[in-house]
Amino acid sequence: MTSEPQPSTSASSAHPLVSLKKVNKHYGPLHVLKDIDLEVARGEVVVVIGPSGSGKSTLCRAINRLETIDDGEIKVDGKVLPAEGKALARLRADVGMVFQSFNLFAHKSILENVTLGPVKVKGMKGGEAKELGMSLLKRVGVANQADKLPAQLSGGQQQRVAIARALAMKPKVMLFDEPTSALDPEMINEVLDAMVALAKEGMTMIVVTHEMGFARKAADRVVFMADGQIVEQATPEEFFTNPKSERAKDFLGKILAH
Amino acid sequence: MDNFLTLFETYNVPAAFWVNIQLTFWAAVWSLVLGTLLALMRISPIPSLQWLGAAYVNIFRNTPLTIIIAFGVLGLFGQLQVSLTDDFNLNFFRLAILGLTIYHAAFVCEAIRSGVNTVPLGQAEAARAIGLSFLPAARLIILPQAFRGAIAPLGNVLIALIKNSTVAAAGSVAAEASSLMKTMIEFRGDLVIPIFFTFAIGFVILVIPVGLLTTWASRRLAVAR
Repeated sequence: MTSEPQPSTSASSAHPLVSLKKVNKHYGPLHVLKDIDLEVARGEVVVVIGPSGSGKSTLCRAINRLETIDDGEIKVDGKVLPAEGKALARLRADVGMVFQSFNLFAHKSILENVTLGPVKVKGMKGGEAKELGMSLLKRVGVANQADKLPAQLSGGQQQRVAIARALAMKPKVMLFDEPTSALDPEMINEVLDAMVALAKEGMTMIVVTHEMGFARKAADRVVFMADGQIVEQATPEEFFTNPKSERAKDFLGKILAH
Repeated sequence: MDNFLTLFETYNVPAAFWVNIQLTFWAAVWSLVLGTLLALMRISPIPSLQWLGAAYVNIFRNTPLTIIIAFGVLGLFGQLQVSLTDDFNLNFFRLAILGLTIYHAAFVCEAIRSGVNTVPLGQAEAARAIGLSFLPAARLIILPQAFRGAIAPLGNVLIALIKNSTVAAAGSVAAEASSLMKTMIEFRGDLVIPIFFTFAIGFVILVIPVGLLTTWASRRLAVAR
């Protein structure tokens, strides 16, 4: 990936790759996102942490419009998120997404899971897509499982395939929505390793996670959310050693106590 | 007993059942097509299409089949002069298929929707996340899994359709099994009970393999999760 030129489509690379301005969302009476402002630069790795129900998953899913927002503005690579239809589909093709529950296509083989996007969305030729798919599967270490169905793989393997599937679209930014929360403990590291490798290669990443080790190792910035708001953001070093807000101190106290 | 056996020389019972099989086959094919379209409308993100699909299902699922079939002959053909072919008998046959299709498509739609419910939401989200819009996502990801989850309910619709094909009698398809049964009873009232049993058993023989096959297929083709 490092050898590939950065996709520099519209305008300059001066504008942030992802930007959220005054984003609000309600679930009925519940105000889940409150005036969220966030900018993510090209190549930056942002880790979003916070207690359950703080809105961090909703924030992540809003960036490719799996969740709609009530007001505010979300831009990806300088373009405002389209409402629906073809334009939205095109934007989503540029935004990779990795889900908590993997969501591999259950009736397709591992390789087909990876090649489906390039072939059906980008019109890539079958042979070329297969080559790309195998190289990505090799990269995440599951090339030997290419012909199996998702249910035949372990959770860690499935999640690595899901990362390969997202990478196959050559996304500008990757979103990770609690990618290791559904995994058995012994499988968490294999997925985190793949993510750390990706971060080192310069991929722009927004990662919602509870893995503080990953945040320390790979993040450029930690964003701490609570009650639908961004409470503070800092470098991992700064945030973990010297959190400013009471809310963050309390949160870190609870999770780092053991 | 000899009396009973002579019935089969006088009346061609298998030929009558063959008519029902043909009615069933064509109505099954067309109602699968129409039912799939309706299901697509009902799961689509477009409210007016959702509404249209729901309206169709609620109207035709709740109308007696006899009325729909009779309307084909008396309303469409008799009053409105709608003709699907110049051949008089074939026209009734086709109108009956049309009626059976319109009625059973509503049930096929709901069977497919129950299949869609077996597909986790995450599948659709993942499909959208790689840039597939609604139709490709439905065609490539949702429906293939939904059909495999809908085999058993679709089998039930097919079983109902096989038996409901006798309602074609109300649409002047005189060659089908229940019409022949009526004729036989008229002329051989002494054998009314054996005649009834003959046709009942005929349908049971037709239907049992369908049940066995769909049960087997629904297990065999279930999507592993």
